[in-house]
Amino acid sequence: MLSINLVNTYRIPQTFEYYRPESLREALVLLSTIEGAKVVAGGTDLLVDLKFRRVTPRALIDITGIGELRSIGVGDGYVEIGSAVTIQELVESEVVGRHLPLLAEAAELLGSWQIRNLATVGGNLCNASPAADTAPPLLAYDAEVELVSLGGSRRIPLERFFAGPKKTVLERGEVLRSIRVPLYRRRAGWSFIKIARTSFDLAKVSAAVLLSLEGDTVADVRIALGSVAPTPVRARAAEESLTGTGFEEAVALAPELVAREIAPIDDVRSTAWYRLEVAKTIVKDAMRRAYERFLRVGAAP
Amino acid sequence: MRVSFRLNGSVVEVDVEPHETLLNVLRDRLKIKSVKYGCGIGECGACTVILDGRPVTSCLVLAAKVGGSEVLTPDYVARTELGRRIVDAMLEEGAIQCGYCTPGFLTTIYAAIIRGVRDADSMRRALLGNLCRCTGYVNIMKAVKRLLEDVR
Repeated sequence: MLSINLVNTYRIPQTFEYYRPESLREALVLLSTIEGAKVVAGGTDLLVDLKFRRVTPRALIDITGIGELRSIGVGDGYVEIGSAVTIQELVESEVVGRHLPLLAEAAELLGSWQIRNLATVGGNLCNASPAADTAPPLLAYDAEVELVSLGGSRRIPLERFFAGPKKTVLERGEVLRSIRVPLYRRRAGWSFIKIARTSFDLAKVSAAVLLSLEGDTVADVRIALGSVAPTPVRARAAEESLTGTGFEEAVALAPELVAREIAPIDDVRSTAWYRLEVAKTIVKDAMRRAYERFLRVGAAP
Repeated sequence: MRVSFRLNGSVVEVDVEPHETLLNVLRDRLKIKSVKYGCGIGECGACTVILDGRPVTSCLVLAAKVGGSEVLTPDYVARTELGRRIVDAMLEEGAIQCGYCTPGFLTTIYAAIIRGVRDADSMRRALLGNLCRCTGYVNIMKAVKRLLEDVR
C-alpha cells in the first residue's frame, strides 16, 4: 500500500462520470445500466480510496440528493433511518437521542465534526469496516437493513449484511435504502466504549452494551464489538450465558465468555493480543457504565 | 460540468471536472487561497469550509456535489464581525504560530459559535478535527476561552 507521504493527496488522479439523481429509482437505473458504477454518499472514505487509486469506478452515483434517504422516522415499534442520514444528524436527532441512545453515543465518537457532517450511516455500514462505529450499537439493537434494486426490495438482519472485512452481501444494482431499528422495549442502560489512538481515529477495539435488569439479575444483555473480528460482531453465546445471572457475577464472567467469540488480528492500528485484552476490559467497563445508567434511568421521573 | 452555488454571499458558476474536489475548485479555479491544503484525507482540518452551515473538510467533497449549496470560506469568515473577534482573540493570546492551521481553526470556531457552542469543553470537542502541527493548542484554547467569555 502506498504511504501517504508518497502520494499527492491534493488531487484525485483519475476521472469518472458523476451523477446526483434526485430519486431512488433514477439512482437504481443508473446503477444497473452503467457497468462499474459505484454509489457514493458522504465520500469521506471513498475520496481517500480514489486519491490512493484503491478503487477505479467508471461512474459515481451520489445518493445524498435523494430526499427519501435523508430522513429519520418513527414507525410502529421501530425507528427507520435513511441510509444517507449523516452521522452528525444522528447525533443531533431527538428521535435517536430518545429511542437509540446507544447509537447516539457511538455516533458522537465517529470521526471529527467535519467528517460527521459529511459521513453517512449507510456509508459507514456499506464500507463494512470491522471498525465501523455505528455497527456495534445497531447490532445490539437488532437492526435490519432494507436493500433495494430495480427488481424489488429485501430486508435482512444487519448481522447478516456484513460478509467480511470491506465486504457486504449487497448485490450488483442494489442500494442500502434504510436501517430499521426495533425499539428496545425494556428499561435499559447502555454504553459504547471505543479505544483509539486519538479520540476521533478508527477504533482499535470497541464495545457496545445494552443491559436490562430485574432486581440485581441480568434480564437481558446485548454485547456487540468492533475491530475484533472480520466483521462487527454480536457476542450471542456470552449474552445467553449471562442472562439470568447476578450482575456482579455477569461482569466477572463476561470477559472470558466474550473472548471466545472474537478473533482479533494484528494490523496497522493494533495487535491481536492488545485487542483481545482490551476487548475483555472494555466489555466489563461498558457493562458497569450501562448498569449505572440503568439505575439512573429508573430513578428519573 | 457546470456547477452553480452561493460562495460567500454571491452566486458563482464554474466549470468543474467530476474528479475535482471543492478544495481544488476553490483554490485553483476561484483563487480562494485562504482554504489550505493540509493532509488531503480529512484528518487535519486545514481545508475546512462551511457547507450549508456546517464545517466540512473541502478535500473530501466533490465540487460537483455543491451545486445549489452555500459555501463560506475562511477569508469571508474573517471579514465578518464574529470572525474579526475570533481573529483578535487568537492574536491576543498568541494562538497563531506558523499560521497554516489558522484559517481552518477560525472557520470551525465560527461555525461552532453560530451553531450555539458556548462552553470550552464543547468547543474543544468541535475542534478535534483541526490539527496544529506547531502544537499550539494551549494558546488556541486560551483564545477560545477569552472569546467565549466575550460571546456570553
